[in-house]
Amino acid sequence: MTDTHATPDTPTTPDTGTAPGGGATEPVAFPRDRTCPYHPPAAYDPLRAARPLARISLFDGRPAWLVTGHAAARRLLADQRLSTDRTRDGFPATSARLAAVRDRRTALLGVDDPEHRAQRRMVLPEFTLKRATALRPRIQRIVDERLDAMIAQGPPAELVTDFALPVPSMVICALLGVPYADHDFFEEQSRRLLRGPRPADTQDARDRLEAYLGELIDRKSRAPGEGLLDDLVRHQLSEGAVDREQLVALAVILLVAGHETTANMISLGTYTLLSNPRRLAELRKDPALLPGAVEELMRVLSIADGLLRLATEDIEVDGQTIRAGDGVVFSTSVINRDETVYPDPDALDWHRPARHHVAFGFGIHQCLGQNLARAELEIALRTLFERLPSLRLAAPAEEIPFKPGDTVQGMLELPVAW
Amino acid sequence: MHIGIDKDTCVGAGQCALTAPDVFTQDDDGYSTVRPGREDGGGSALVREAARACPVGAVTVSQTVG
Repeated sequence: MTDTHATPDTPTTPDTGTAPGGGATEPVAFPRDRTCPYHPPAAYDPLRAARPLARISLFDGRPAWLVTGHAAARRLLADQRLSTDRTRDGFPATSARLAAVRDRRTALLGVDDPEHRAQRRMVLPEFTLKRATALRPRIQRIVDERLDAMIAQGPPAELVTDFALPVPSMVICALLGVPYADHDFFEEQSRRLLRGPRPADTQDARDRLEAYLGELIDRKSRAPGEGLLDDLVRHQLSEGAVDREQLVALAVILLVAGHETTANMISLGTYTLLSNPRRLAELRKDPALLPGAVEELMRVLSIADGLLRLATEDIEVDGQTIRAGDGVVFSTSVINRDETVYPDPDALDWHRPARHHVAFGFGIHQCLGQNLARAELEIALRTLFERLPSLRLAAPAEEIPFKPGDTVQGMLELPVAW
Repeated sequence: MHIGIDKDTCVGAGQCALTAPDVFTQDDDGYSTVRPGREDGGGSALVREAARACPVGAVTVSQTVG
């Protein structure tokens, strides 16, 4: 599937000399591919048993800490002694592909405060709860139109291409002021950025996205239109608060994170519901459960599974010491199944208080687009199952391909019929 | 009960407004604010839950003395 951690089932030889913790336990290779797309791999069972911290070895054999406990994760994700600046020496990487772009400045999620705060402040007004609520009618129209088109052509349909990907793509295009006509290009480059497979693909995809958005920003500088990028050109770029390079970096992250993650949640969420018919029936019977169900799906699916940080100082965690220079990885799938917080953690339960999951992260970098994502997921899933009450998988569940463990989790394809 | 929001810490995630919308909202810049007249929590049982939901601990809830 990918080049990255070459043999996922074979533990990498640990560099015991510098292993965090210094104990005799063999570190677990991280990340691994899931066996079922909505459950963490069985290989993570020892990690789930070791809370709040476990030892892992990364694709290159480098040891790192894995944060596995919910309380510790909330504390550490909010701890600014952990840096997210991947250009720092020793910043950990979970794949060769990520390591290959470590020298590139990534806006928002790749910068620490105070720079991060200044970047987030520029775009924050467009991502408030109020704004997400105001966008709901527009999201509903987009969802309706995509389903109209899919129904007119099918059954069957391939839900990733026909629905899960275009809906968030159209929403983020409208919000940013990016022409949706270019979606084949930016969706393909986002895919290469996040999945390679070769490190050179990731570098090249980043170059192409930067060039494309740079040209778009130049066009907007000459004739601003409607959209967040236009507003940023009009108010921030022209007043010198941000330079072109910084604005391009910001546009890349907003565009990529704005569609890929939500697309994965729609496809994997649909697969999960179709694979759990009793849970789906409950939702159909009582649509008021939907907002809670979206939180529970976020918790269980934990699609961004492996948030990266570098310790810049020694940090004590429940009697263990993370040393300055150690890599720290947060497995959201393991953290969100901490049974001390979520009893019977592997079960889907629409009635449990699933909020306080860390699927959107925590601390200053908590997902900027989370309220928009919630609105999109609610509308997309509700409308999909309302319009197509007989929706079903059009292939055996275990044969439908999904993404490897070293990237954002989701379905590669989702053949459906109704 | 008294609710405080540290605007220098707030990152505008909107978690408080999502959890206790009768008490919290976001201003035009996106930062959290207490709705006028709700500084005492307005009897909402969700205020402490909202404080716990804040990813940066910007919301504080204290018992008013006297």
